Amino acid sequence: MTPRLITASRVRTLLLLAGVLLLATSCGWSLWDSPMTTVRPRSDFGRVIDDLFMLISWTTLVIFIAVEVALVYCCWRFRERPGAPMPKQVHGHTVLEVGWTVAFAVVLLIIVIPTIRVIFKTQEAPAATALRVDVAGKQWWWEFKYPSLGIATANELHLPVGETVAFNLHAPDVIHSFWIPQLGGKRDVVPHRVNRIVLTPDAPGEYPGQCAEFCGTSHANMRFRVIVQEKSAWETWVKAQQAPPVEPTDPLAQQGKQVFSSSACVGCHTIKGVSAGQIGPDLTHFGSRKIFAGGIMAVTAENVAKWVEKPEHMKPGSRMPDLGMSGEQGKALAAYLLSLK
Amino acid sequence: MATHAAFMPGEQVTTTQRVLWSWITTVDHKRIGILYGTSAFIFFLVGGIEALIMRLQLARPDNTLVGPERFNELFTMHGTTMIFLAVMPLSAAFFNFMLPLLIGARDVAFPRLNALSYWVFLSGALFLNFSWVVGMAPDGGWFGYANLTSAQFSPTHTIDFWLLGLQILGISSMLAGFNFIVTIINMRAPGMTLMRMPLFVWMSFVTQFLLVLAFPAITVGLILLMFDRFFGTLFYSPAAGGDPLLWQHLFWIFGHPEVYILILPAMGIVSEVLPTFARKPLFGAPVVIYSGIMIGFLGFGVWSHHMFSVGMGPVADAAFSISTMLIAVPTGVKILNWISTLWGGRIRFTTALYMALGFIAMFTMGGLSGVMHASPPVDLQQTDTYFVVAHFHYVLFGGSIFGLFAGIYYWWPKITGRLLDERLGQWHFWLMMLGFNMTFFPQHFLGLIGMPRRIYTYAPDLGWNFWNMVSTIGSFIIAVSILFFIVNVAKTMRSGAVAGDDPWDGRTLEWSIPSPPPVYNFTRIPTVHGRDDFWLQKHGDGHGGKPAGRPAPVTKADLASIHMPPPSYWPILLGASLLFMFAGALISIYQVILGGLLTLFCMYRFALEYHRPAAGHGH
Repeated sequence: MTPRLITASRVRTLLLLAGVLLLATSCGWSLWDSPMTTVRPRSDFGRVIDDLFMLISWTTLVIFIAVEVALVYCCWRFRERPGAPMPKQVHGHTVLEVGWTVAFAVVLLIIVIPTIRVIFKTQEAPAATALRVDVAGKQWWWEFKYPSLGIATANELHLPVGETVAFNLHAPDVIHSFWIPQLGGKRDVVPHRVNRIVLTPDAPGEYPGQCAEFCGTSHANMRFRVIVQEKSAWETWVKAQQAPPVEPTDPLAQQGKQVFSSSACVGCHTIKGVSAGQIGPDLTHFGSRKIFAGGIMAVTAENVAKWVEKPEHMKPGSRMPDLGMSGEQGKALAAYLLSLK
Repeated sequence: MATHAAFMPGEQVTTTQRVLWSWITTVDHKRIGILYGTSAFIFFLVGGIEALIMRLQLARPDNTLVGPERFNELFTMHGTTMIFLAVMPLSAAFFNFMLPLLIGARDVAFPRLNALSYWVFLSGALFLNFSWVVGMAPDGGWFGYANLTSAQFSPTHTIDFWLLGLQILGISSMLAGFNFIVTIINMRAPGMTLMRMPLFVWMSFVTQFLLVLAFPAITVGLILLMFDRFFGTLFYSPAAGGDPLLWQHLFWIFGHPEVYILILPAMGIVSEVLPTFARKPLFGAPVVIYSGIMIGFLGFGVWSHHMFSVGMGPVADAAFSISTMLIAVPTGVKILNWISTLWGGRIRFTTALYMALGFIAMFTMGGLSGVMHASPPVDLQQTDTYFVVAHFHYVLFGGSIFGLFAGIYYWWPKITGRLLDERLGQWHFWLMMLGFNMTFFPQHFLGLIGMPRRIYTYAPDLGWNFWNMVSTIGSFIIAVSILFFIVNVAKTMRSGAVAGDDPWDGRTLEWSIPSPPPVYNFTRIPTVHGRDDFWLQKHGDGHGGKPAGRPAPVTKADLASIHMPPPSYWPILLGASLLFMFAGALISIYQVILGGLLTLFCMYRFALEYHRPAAGHGH
């Protein structure tokens, strides 16, 4: 062997080691247990998709291994050796070629038939009893309305476990995509159209979601969270959301209310009984939420104060203008908004 | 004609000025091929640097290396650059340099038109990248989905650079497409029937039809977008009854055939490289040809599989799912035919062969993950995630780029007359293989655990940190492997081993002429007796038939009868005036008018250049 081949084989050994390491790590610790995993489904919709995905994965994995083994075997078995005769000039083999064409078609049938079944099943119209949630994707936050309950909220969605929910998706500005990975597939949110997702969550928990269609500057900052609760806990939440906003008692919060109602805030935001703006999120029960600003920040007095002072700084391209709030005004506003449980 | 003697052997162009002038006015398909290849490689590096910056930004969660505006520009320009300015023109470099050699012709059918394609391509490429200089790089994605691209949501010129640049590039692609179709149909050497054409010619032939049929669709889409943005029409405006999904249909009717435009030439290259180094004919060549044609046809019937999530309804989803899966059949058949070509061969492991094997191994993976999201329900989880990013990089990098590098290592000695260094080539291959898989394999995981595409940042608590870091490290290993290639080129240009006419014991006509080939390619146009004609000349058909023997040596009379097209400066002038006109759209209507008049004038002179009396010839 010449020295150059030795070098190449060293690299090859390294490559092999890296491959083994990659495989080992991927099979090892809880790779799939991310909060946004698609392969640990927590709804009927997610489950049928995952079953189909597993069927296709195993089928294609078998083909993949067969092809790669054949390729490597050919390379090893038929490598150039000194003194070997000129190979036979084979041009083809009709039976073999027809054979594997048919074989591929048959394998595809294994995948196509369940695929078609799932396509039709997952796009059936929802039962009339399903809980309806109107989802609006906006640059760059999510609005959730429960028309049957008279509730409007933002970036945080509460659902009862085991009950079918029908999402009606629409977008007032550009195309977005509504996606809760653990609860199933995504659906685009298209202006002047109403798309639908129907699913039944089957385990309580908090599931992050995110916009999946590129929608401009802060596409990455258009996140939300779904909180699936036991029925009783969910009903308590509904009652609280339907109640009128609480009057602030704390002097700082009272001052905050003053700032809110005397500034441009009222032009965009609704707080029942205080303002009726329609452009930004409804803030009537802002203090009951855990996240805000497209789901990128936790609701804390500090974060909210920073946000009202410099929205653009926290969420680039934010549609909320910089109103020139001072540090004092920001603190007061934060106290007021947090009091709106 | 005596004036053409400037392009005969023996002529020495000495001064720098004259060398430059001879390249600017060249209509020689080989020189145009080299121009295409060099430009494409430079843009490949530009697109690569864009990718590296993105990978650095995504290496850690909440990273602040680049902000969202810059990141959106980077991924838009990375995609646009790699597709239109790197892979397509790199394929075009091979069409230009190799197709006439492979079919036994002296040049393409329309040599000046060929030069025009290149200069228009360069105009479009410069126009697009000029947007970086003025700080208005396109930021709407290479797919530019309406209505985010409307004047309301993208008020600056970013989208204008993109939509005008793509229109210029479209002109170039259409010109080249028609030129090569005519070339392949009309310019084949005597005896080269369609079924005797080398596989690279066949796959290129299919590609040209895809080009001329697919580009009109995106042109329509772009013109509607241009009208919306410049003249206030409302084709994509939902509020006015327009439809943003119209754009998606038009774009993907182009966009999916485009994928095959990117991969078919690489498939053709692999189908040449494998037989040469296995010393066997391509197994089932007719089936490989028919499969290529099938892929081309079916490629026009699958576009909506890019749109399973837009809500087309179950019937459309099912129909496009079935047509998409059907494409897996001819593709799978090709892979098995390639492997069968190796079976029973006597395989020489050169870098060109490694690259071709890398193509098969990696493209198979990309093909199979493609089958996964051909199933619409599964696609609803995978579309717009890193799973899809992984998938198409296995097709376009693992497939096209590996295939094109196979072509580079294979034909480099023919193009330059010198062999690339094999030892550096091996380093290039193995590092690229390692880096590529490290970069893109973990992205399958990232997609499956919920990481969407086109996000400039992500939260640290989602389990995405580790694989993003691995992916970033991998991308830098790819960069190092490309450095090995550059060093290889720089080194062998000066001191590489002289290749000779036929360094690989080749099978096709290009190996029967000197390296690099003379201006006129073939002193005498060969007569072809079968596929792999040159192999038959040397070794016979392997079934007892005697070698056909080399044709008689050339004579002075052969040389005297050669007619080659003279150079022309109208192609570059026409390309430049077109660029001037398009740039006017962003500056002033008067510049558009002036540029339009200039373009018309150049077209007129271009068209009538040789309709003058013979006395008017020559420079």
